[in-house]
Amino acid sequence: MAQAIPPAEQSDERVKDISSFRKALIRPELGGIVGTMAVFTFFLLFAFDSGMFNSQGVMNWSIVSAQFMIIAVGACLLMIAGEFDLSVGSMIGFAGMIIAIFTVTLGWPAWMSIFMTFIICIAIGGLNGWIVIRTGLPSFIVTLAFLFILRGFTIFLPQVIERKTIIGGIKDASEGDWLAGMFGGKIFGGLFTWLGDIGAIATFERGSRIGEPVVDGIPMLIIWAIGLVIFGHILLTKTKFGNWIFAAGGDAEAARNSGVPVSRVKIMMFMFSAFCATVFAVCQVMEFGSAGADRGLLKEFEAIIAVVIGGALLTGGYGSVLGAALGALIFGVVQQGLFFAGVESSLFRVFLGVILLFAVILNTYIRRIITGER
Amino acid sequence: MNTQQTPIIEMKNIEKHFGRVIALAGVSVEIHPGECHCLLGDNGAGKSTFIKTMSGVHKPTQGEIFFEGKPMHFENPRDAIEAGIATVHQHLAMIPLMSVSRNFFMGNEPERRFGPMKLFDHDYANQVTMEEMRKMGINLRGPDQAVGTLSGGERQTVAIARAVHFGAKVLILDEPTSALGVRQTANVLATIDKVRKQGVSVVFITHNVRHALAVGDRFTVLNRGKTLGTAVRGEITPEELQDMMAGGQEMVALEGSLGGTV
Ligand SMILES: Nc1ncnc2c1ncn2[C@@H]1O[C@H](COP(=O)(O)OP(=O)(O)O)[C@@H](O)[C@H]1O
Ligand SMILES: [Mg+2]
Repeated sequence: MAQAIPPAEQSDERVKDISSFRKALIRPELGGIVGTMAVFTFFLLFAFDSGMFNSQGVMNWSIVSAQFMIIAVGACLLMIAGEFDLSVGSMIGFAGMIIAIFTVTLGWPAWMSIFMTFIICIAIGGLNGWIVIRTGLPSFIVTLAFLFILRGFTIFLPQVIERKTIIGGIKDASEGDWLAGMFGGKIFGGLFTWLGDIGAIATFERGSRIGEPVVDGIPMLIIWAIGLVIFGHILLTKTKFGNWIFAAGGDAEAARNSGVPVSRVKIMMFMFSAFCATVFAVCQVMEFGSAGADRGLLKEFEAIIAVVIGGALLTGGYGSVLGAALGALIFGVVQQGLFFAGVESSLFRVFLGVILLFAVILNTYIRRIITGER
Repeated sequence: MNTQQTPIIEMKNIEKHFGRVIALAGVSVEIHPGECHCLLGDNGAGKSTFIKTMSGVHKPTQGEIFFEGKPMHFENPRDAIEAGIATVHQHLAMIPLMSVSRNFFMGNEPERRFGPMKLFDHDYANQVTMEEMRKMGINLRGPDQAVGTLSGGERQTVAIARAVHFGAKVLILDEPTSALGVRQTANVLATIDKVRKQGVSVVFITHNVRHALAVGDRFTVLNRGKTLGTAVRGEITPEELQDMMAGGQEMVALEGSLGGTV
């Protein structure tokens, strides 16, 4: 053991010390954090009186952000595992449509339709992943094919079965159903009644609901979003499986050589992405009471944008679920905030593009510091 | 080196074909316990392909593998790792975007119970990583430092330390020194020597004769997918090894014109 290993300090002399403040700042979510602060500052300054920050307004952009969050979590974990799913939007439309067909056309109990829909959609997600793994094709192409296949079925099925492109009547059919309630219901109603009673939030002043609070509970959609973000974050950063996700996306070959079951990890992430899309679809169908052939259009890109704003690397192996959640929040707040501020809605895209560019530039810079990329 | 004992790995007439390409055309090598066995050969000789059949990445087209005297069929790298064969591959040893500690425990994550869940025990992983790196003479800024920020030599060292920590009986190193500078090469060679003294067999691949002679006990030369024979330390000169690697004659002529500097 008398080998001439150089003294340890020597390997360090060329590494600059980083102050702990800077170290705390240097994290994958920084772009998302800065973006969130910028967006809130902007709207607090320019749209404070628009109703955007009263209880109804907050609920409005929270719901929209929560929708983005649900699909962003799936897209985030899949992207970190090194793959894309472009079929998310079509999957949302497809899932909604088959729930409608099961409950309304076939008359199944809502819980059974929802359950079957989850099984079918997760299986399709697994098929996506299996094809990607078996053929070695880029997931971009494979899931692009499913984008068309699923959308095609979503338009075709209701026309053949019901002779229309929107199937309604789901609300009545799922009234009182326990599983439907877990997606379309609201919780903490009592809390909001109390808040209304003590005057903390506004109540209706006329009409049939006079005296009731304008916000009467937290929609299950938001609970799902928060739950999925927490689940995704813990899975990614605190478990063995999370390490495998990073490894599979960072370098599949190296991971495989180290004994990581890369194919299994990737296929499971495709299934999770499909699961998230289905959660989105069920919540939406339960809220609207109907399924439409055009639901979920372009959602895959919105999810990917939220994930990228959140600091993930498009090529995989790096990213953060919390960052993706912030990306989704930015998305929701900007979209609804511009509406509240009375800004022409087409400017939403301009604003979003600017934020996307800004956050991604910042993230690239941070990532270089963290990972020593050149 | 006692050549009478059973070899820890015996590779018999290994052939590997990729479609019409015959990468290995019958290679036989014995790895003895505790030796440093150097595998030499020019680029494209089949060295990487050969050790990949040893580490479960490729299944040989023909030939037999005996591990500790028993026939072995590795279905995937995990099987080989579990048997005690750790490999540091030529290009793909570590994941640069991940932290040192996440890399160190990749595929071997320690877990602790937290209520009904099993969580990655980061505290333990970080502590072990820092400790093992210190033993190897690398002072990390922190266990969460990304591997991408390490130098090539440091990366090789992390990979070697990882293999040793998980109790490898055989450590395969595919050209660990080919991309390194002089100082880093010396460090890696010192590490190889240290590892061998702990009783681990080392398969050291290189095309640099001087690196091989610095640490090797036995030397096997591969040329165009075939073994040209195995030599024992002290029974062969650097020039002879060099000639065998280059396939003989041409090199002699070249060497003459270059004044014996290669
Ligand atoms: N996966 C593969 N498919 C086809 N040919 C391969 C593959 N891997 C290696 N080869 C071929 O096998 C030969 C030996 O390659 P390799 O083992 O990498 O050589 P070395 O490591 O000695 O430089 C080369 O001619 C190479 O092109
Ligand atoms: Mg090689």
